[in-house]
Amino acid sequence: MVGSGILKGLAETARNFVGSYASEERMTTVEYPEEKLPRIEASRNFPFLVFDGDDWHAGMRCVSCQICEKECPPKCIYIEKSTDKKPDAVGKLQNYPARFDIDISVCMSCQICVEVCPFDAIKMDNAFEYFATDRFGDLVLDKQKLSRSNEYYHQIHPTEAANVDAELAAARAKAAPKPAAPAAAAAAPAVAKPAAAPEVTASTANKPAANDPAKESNG
Amino acid sequence: MASMNTGIVEQADQIFVVLKGAVVSHLPTILQPLVSAIISVIAVVAVFAGLFALTTVFERKGLGRMQNRLGPNRVGPFGFFQPAADGIKSLTKEDLVPRAADKIVHFLAPVVLVAASFLGYAVLPVGRNMVVTNLDAGVLYFFAAGSMVELGVFMAGWSSHSKYSLLGAMRAVAQMISYEVPLVLASISVIMTAGSLSTVDIVAKQAQYTGTIAHWYVFTPWGFAGFILFMIAATAESNRCPFDLPEGESEIIAGYFIEYSGFKFALFFAGEYLGMLATSALAITLFLGGWSAPFSFLAWVPSWIWFFAKLLTLIFCFIWVRGTLPRLRMDQLMGLAWKFMLPMTILNLFVAAAWRFVPGGLPVRWFVCAAMLVIPFALLSRGLRSEKKLQTRTYRFAE
Repeated sequence: MVGSGILKGLAETARNFVGSYASEERMTTVEYPEEKLPRIEASRNFPFLVFDGDDWHAGMRCVSCQICEKECPPKCIYIEKSTDKKPDAVGKLQNYPARFDIDISVCMSCQICVEVCPFDAIKMDNAFEYFATDRFGDLVLDKQKLSRSNEYYHQIHPTEAANVDAELAAARAKAAPKPAAPAAAAAAPAVAKPAAAPEVTASTANKPAANDPAKESNG
Repeated sequence: MASMNTGIVEQADQIFVVLKGAVVSHLPTILQPLVSAIISVIAVVAVFAGLFALTTVFERKGLGRMQNRLGPNRVGPFGFFQPAADGIKSLTKEDLVPRAADKIVHFLAPVVLVAASFLGYAVLPVGRNMVVTNLDAGVLYFFAAGSMVELGVFMAGWSSHSKYSLLGAMRAVAQMISYEVPLVLASISVIMTAGSLSTVDIVAKQAQYTGTIAHWYVFTPWGFAGFILFMIAATAESNRCPFDLPEGESEIIAGYFIEYSGFKFALFFAGEYLGMLATSALAITLFLGGWSAPFSFLAWVPSWIWFFAKLLTLIFCFIWVRGTLPRLRMDQLMGLAWKFMLPMTILNLFVAAAWRFVPGGLPVRWFVCAAMLVIPFALLSRGLRSEKKLQTRTYRFAE
């Protein structure tokens, strides 16, 4: 008969209405500012720069090889290479970024910078509660604002960070025999490598300089 | 002791009437009718506008609960000050008028709509001796004033100069005119039985008791059927879900008020809710005994409390239906009005007449009248179902 389906539907909504007061399990609402769901480990938002130890500047893993800058699809990364050198995560002397800016209003969270980074220096953050009062300056994050400790990285992406740490430890172990006595032969390639590496980066470093004016006007 | 009790009951019941009388009696005689009318109007506007605000928050919370959500709970205790936040928001928003719009009509449409929605309240008795004006043709006046809502809706749709708003207005007018027929026919059975068009008289007729049970018309077979039919038509009249095609968010975005923003939009919203409250109040007046108590031993509860309790219950039913049913299609809507509602309401007129003239005791009348309603209803619903023969659709070009 006409209307029996309507009555069934009304009974269902009435059950929901009464049930929502009776049992808390029915309610799926998470009252956001007060309670937050744990974030999924693989979730990501914007990139950050990892540093080891306590000093963000001394421990910064980035060697300003500028691969991420070139690979970034929306071109939101801007890097200026340093003129001097400091030891990197493995202990070799490397350049460091004199300037490292990411315009997060341009960033599309694609994670390509993370994929291409050979030094595990840039990783994806999962913090999403950003705000800015100035829509130009505040949205361009400089290297200090981008820096996060390795502990923080472990906190947000534990599995991934453990793998990265293991790889870095292996690389350090490889580089370590340098001061040891029997490794005179092994030391030669270890010394040769850092000498070769800057050459590669230096040859590619000239290109982005041509893009600089365009980037400045974007910023 | 008993007389003292009845005295207190009487005072609680008539407290607003006495208060108004006290205020008016201090004025010169010549001003008294005018001031009395103004006080009544202000009271009605304030109370029902407040009830509108309350309904919006109740609706949002109730719908949330029906979907196992919390609903608004941020502004004030349990979110009950949400309407204040909504009001401030709509007042501070920019008032956009399309360049191509007919400016005057575009401005007038929400005003006409809300004014028309308020006019009906003039004849609704909200308590014993509590009515703005007791018109002899009160029910007729109510429907006449209510039909102005269609004018407001069409003014809005036409003047906005937008295809969506025009489509919405066309739908609204088609729907409201179609459902006005069963709405009026459903109430005619009450008018026939009560022998009066005055809302005050209709309520007075129902405020009598046989034993402990009141003479509410909803307690009779024709009254019950009439009440259901009236409420279905009232839902369609006030453009409520499942008859909210004029708004139809998914296909015509907001329908006739798509080009309105800020407080004008809020006025359309208010008009819709005030219309719903007014038709619910009329349903209470016609079928649910107005301000009277259902049982004589509950008659000590003040009459206005009864009225507003019934009103809130009916509003809850509106919210409940909205939380349950999806929107109808346009042909289903029209089919329901003309193929189902119209025959049933006309039949209900005959049942109401039979209730009056069938000889024998109450059980015989009950049996005859219920059979007169249930059998045609079953046949009609079967007929409506068998009619739906879906053809296999052939596509000429898309094969």
